[in-house]
Amino acid sequence: MDFLNAIVALTNYVMIPAIAYGSQLALGALGVTLIYGVLRFSNFAHGDTMAFGTMATILVTWWMQSMGINLGVLPTALLALPFGILGTMGLLLFTDRVVYRFYREQKAKPVIFVMVSLGVMFMMNGLVRFIIGPGDQRFTDGVRFIISARDFKAMTGLREGLAIKTTQGITVIAAVIVVAALFWFLNRTRTGKSMRAYSDNEDLALLSGINPEKVVMYTWMIVAALATIAGVLYGLDKSFKPFTYFQLLLPIFASAIVGGLGNPLGAIAGGFIIAFSEVSITYAWKKVLRYLMPENLQPDSLVQLLSTDYKFAVSFGILLIVLLFKPTGLFKGKSV
Amino acid sequence: MNETVKHSLMFAFVGLLIILDGTTNYGIFSGTWNSALGILNMGLVSAIMALGVNLQWGFAGLFNIGIMGFTALGGLAVVLVTSAPTPGAWSEGGIGIIMALALGAMTVVAAVMITKKMRAGKQRMLILGAVLIGGFFAYRAIFDPAVSGVEAINPALLGSLGGLGLPVLLAWPAGGLLAAGAAWLIGKTALGLRSDYLAIATLGIAEIIIAVMKNEDWLSRGVKNVVGLPRPMRKEIVLQEDPGFLETAASLGLDPVLASTLYVKISYSLLFTAVLLVLLWMAQMGLKSPWGRMMRAIRDNEVAAEAMGKDVTRRHLQVFVLGSAICGIAGAMMTTLDGQLTPGTYNPLRFTFLIWVMVVVGGSGNNFGAVLGGILIWFFWIKVEPMGTGLMNFVTSGLAEGSALKTHLLNSTAHMRLFTMGLILLLVLRFSPRGLIPEK
Repeated sequence: MDFLNAIVALTNYVMIPAIAYGSQLALGALGVTLIYGVLRFSNFAHGDTMAFGTMATILVTWWMQSMGINLGVLPTALLALPFGILGTMGLLLFTDRVVYRFYREQKAKPVIFVMVSLGVMFMMNGLVRFIIGPGDQRFTDGVRFIISARDFKAMTGLREGLAIKTTQGITVIAAVIVVAALFWFLNRTRTGKSMRAYSDNEDLALLSGINPEKVVMYTWMIVAALATIAGVLYGLDKSFKPFTYFQLLLPIFASAIVGGLGNPLGAIAGGFIIAFSEVSITYAWKKVLRYLMPENLQPDSLVQLLSTDYKFAVSFGILLIVLLFKPTGLFKGKSV
Repeated sequence: MNETVKHSLMFAFVGLLIILDGTTNYGIFSGTWNSALGILNMGLVSAIMALGVNLQWGFAGLFNIGIMGFTALGGLAVVLVTSAPTPGAWSEGGIGIIMALALGAMTVVAAVMITKKMRAGKQRMLILGAVLIGGFFAYRAIFDPAVSGVEAINPALLGSLGGLGLPVLLAWPAGGLLAAGAAWLIGKTALGLRSDYLAIATLGIAEIIIAVMKNEDWLSRGVKNVVGLPRPMRKEIVLQEDPGFLETAASLGLDPVLASTLYVKISYSLLFTAVLLVLLWMAQMGLKSPWGRMMRAIRDNEVAAEAMGKDVTRRHLQVFVLGSAICGIAGAMMTTLDGQLTPGTYNPLRFTFLIWVMVVVGGSGNNFGAVLGGILIWFFWIKVEPMGTGLMNFVTSGLAEGSALKTHLLNSTAHMRLFTMGLILLLVLRFSPRGLIPEK
């Protein structure tokens, strides 16, 4: 019985949050890694792209809620998501047209692109704060839990409860669908293949008649969709605040680099590695250990390796270790 | 018009902006010397930060976006050097903390030694894991009780180790040293890899430095802030009670309160200008020397420089440490100017990316450009808000009074700062990538 309780506590406090957070990071890291693979620079504006997409979705959600449109048990934001994606696509294609294309034609060095993306980041950040303000926004509606802790306890008779939030369920399902669709697109469709070809060898791809502008356009559109979905899922699960999204940049980059920049599979693995380490290192293990250890060995302290405020330090630590020992990432990424 | 005249005119223009701010209250200008000198002082500090970044980016092409962290370390140094030692803190747990930190450092060193000396394989992994895990738990076992001992001492007012109680001017070089130490650690790991890896590594270290300063209350009281840090000159209150000062103020026809604030601000301006001039002179000499030419050669073509026998990674590390030290000095000066350390206010947009805008706008690779950009952009950073309010008042003048859109637009003007700075950065990068005062 104690063993079962320990498993349930572990699932409730570590596994489920980490899986949801990992899916969100993985989607974010996929966007970073795609831009890196095709456009060959680290896009520092990615966190703020996510914020913009989420903001657009929130605005549509609020409008729908005021019109009385909803999805019943599911959050209305899912219905608003396509509009948010369209808005973000528009924004990214616009920034590419007026900002990045010039440098692409000049064949500027990657570091120049990174600096330009800093400027874009500033503007997007300002835009989001200008439109929706810097504060916290909640836009979750529908049913809160798939299984609530009390129901679970009543059902199983265990002392520990297991709660699965609707948003966590949606996050995982949405992430699986999106990743499957993305891999199908990259591996099976003509456009997806031309994107991979362009990423692998630009000159050869140009030689075989692939239109680079088209590849770039599709990349931005996919990135817009990924960023918006990642942002909305994160916002549904936690809450939306522009500065938090800016700060997500670090774990997202860490995920992409740990997995190997430019490698989509690596981005997903990296997202989960970072999420699981962050959650398990900042979790107070006292509860789980109390069930597992014999009475006289039970810990008095919280058995928390690091306080939650250091979660950035965890992703950063993993990032450093990977950079030191395997600079191309766990899965083979590009290293320019 | 030759170059020197043109560039002197640019500096004169910035000077004119400051003077106008002090003398007229037309449009965006405030019309008080108090505010004008405030802008000038922070402008001088920003110019020093820009000088540090220019050393890294302009001379050596290193992309450091962790300036906030080095600035914050400078601020921490002010607390550690100047504030009075907390009575009893060292016996309560201070020694334990130092021992724990030393143990932590030894664990890391041991781990590095094991990785270097032993052959790769299962045995190395096992020993490495045992050393790291054992070291961590030993560290926590010593560290935690020591920290709670220190933090229990009068937590409302003290609750930290306190400092050395030394004069504040000593804190500035100490800030530089602290930042240099951190830069050495991060440079040692991340230099030699690709340029955007260094960027991400520095971004991360800056966040971690801020997280440490916010949470480690024993160090600098964390988010409880340290206020009332000593100053290098007399305080306003003291001045207002000094009969000699009051007499001078009266003879100049100034109100004693105003005279005392101006006295303090002008003293800061003079001090900061002196530091800026010294650092500018040093950077200029560095740029002209064979060392500076070598740095630029490495920046322009690493492979060729390496073929000429230059140790690129070492030189990069050197310039990275130097530039970060300058940012640390500037950070210490800023904390002294504020008179308080508030870790909660450090924000990468303001303390890292704004400095980058300064360097790019001023002209990367040119020290004078960095200084000009520092003061000019700081002026605009302060003045974008009144400009935005003016613009929004104009834009919304057609809307009905009290309409929701109008209120929203007027309330949002504060966020125009970031937008404007991004726009300036993009415009300069696109149309004048060499900046206002280009590299020679």
